[in-house]
Amino acid sequence: MAGFGAWWAKFQADFIQCFIEQDRYKLLLGGIQVTIKVALLATILGILIGFLIALCNLSQNRLLRFIGGVYTDVIRGTPSVTQLMIIYFVVFASISWDKWIIGAIAFGINSGGYVAEIFRAGILSIDKGQTEAGRSLGLTSSQTMTRIVLPQALKNIFPTLCNEFIVLIKETAIMGYVGLVDIQKAGDYIKSATFKAWMPLFAVAIIYYVLIKILNLGLKKIESSLRKSDIR
Amino acid sequence: MIRVENLRKDFNELQVLRGIDEHIGKGEVVVVIGPSGSGKSTFLRCLNRLEEVTDGHIYVDGEEITSPNVNVNHIRQKMGMVFQHFNLFPHLTILGNITLAPVLTKKLDKTAAETEARRLLKMVGLEEKAEAYPAQLSGGQKQRVAIARALAMEPEIMLFDEPTSALDPEMVGEVLEVMKQLARSGMTMVIVTHEMGFAREVASRVLFMDQGVIMESGTPEQIFTSPQNERTKLFLSKVL
Repeated sequence: MAGFGAWWAKFQADFIQCFIEQDRYKLLLGGIQVTIKVALLATILGILIGFLIALCNLSQNRLLRFIGGVYTDVIRGTPSVTQLMIIYFVVFASISWDKWIIGAIAFGINSGGYVAEIFRAGILSIDKGQTEAGRSLGLTSSQTMTRIVLPQALKNIFPTLCNEFIVLIKETAIMGYVGLVDIQKAGDYIKSATFKAWMPLFAVAIIYYVLIKILNLGLKKIESSLRKSDIR
Repeated sequence: MIRVENLRKDFNELQVLRGIDEHIGKGEVVVVIGPSGSGKSTFLRCLNRLEEVTDGHIYVDGEEITSPNVNVNHIRQKMGMVFQHFNLFPHLTILGNITLAPVLTKKLDKTAAETEARRLLKMVGLEEKAEAYPAQLSGGQKQRVAIARALAMEPEIMLFDEPTSALDPEMVGEVLEVMKQLARSGMTMVIVTHEMGFAREVASRVLFMDQGVIMESGTPEQIFTSPQNERTKLFLSKVL
């Protein structure tokens, strides 16, 4: 018992040093905000870019197909840290937007490359008869896409898309490379300031885990409402 | 109403339609029969340009629909199509399936479209299914909804591409019944089918197609009791 008592006392002392002293918990709270902001904007950009690139890849037009092909190829063929740093320090070097927005753009561009493939698979998974039925009723090709094909494709790819967003949230943990203070970087700062490694790093892991857990529960709810036309 | 001149369609090397000339008048019920691979479905699908024609001309109400600058969506609004595999939209309710196109293309307001949809559902005997989803319907019911969906656009012509071929035998009758009702109302119809009994009873004219051309055309009486063409005789001897 003495062993546990000593351990517990040390735990408390470490906890106070890591999170309470100098209001260090505020670093983590700020980090959570940055992570959520960046991930949210990156997700939205990723969906938009991914959808456009998917349309390019599925297009009859050879130039568009070429552009889409190069995009996915380059994004998937280079590390995301490299992409982030190129976009941050080269492409947006002379543009003085908020740091987090530039970070989000970089992650959105990266995610778009993967989301494009998910969308493409989703659109291809819808039977050609659906498009033919839509067109035979006199709908335009964009009406057919948005009202008939996409809603069904989205339902099919929803779980894969959710997975991509979860990967994206975790991927944002590299944004410390360009000086953004997210959850990971906040934990890092605490580690350097206190010379304690395990407590801040476990705190970072737990925070990511809880965030993703909450997101997962929300996405499950949405998915079950998407499945309502499957009832027999 | 529909005039077809020297219609040709190639899929790469394969010549599926090898010169079709045909005239379909208003109110005619034309049934197209023939062995599989004869080009029946392709012919039908060319009529509303689901297939791009390789050569030849198609006129509907005097307007050339094969001309490159024609508004193909506008043409299709005049021609309803019913598919072998129904192609209902599984993510929409039955009512949603029927009202989607009228609301989008005719800018009909939603309540008016729904009233019309319920009238059509009543006509095909499925008014109680308005709120259901396609997955909850039997094949025959799905096909009757598909017919109602096409009719909601108030087409002048209805095209049927093997409408009963994917159905269980006991459900064929209910779909054919709806089609007979439609024929009696004076609708111009072009039907690709293997239901010879139906062709005999409902068709005003039967076309026998083989190897990408119309081999023989005539009243059901002529085609079924005294076919002239050898290939027609051979085909009928196998299916009747």
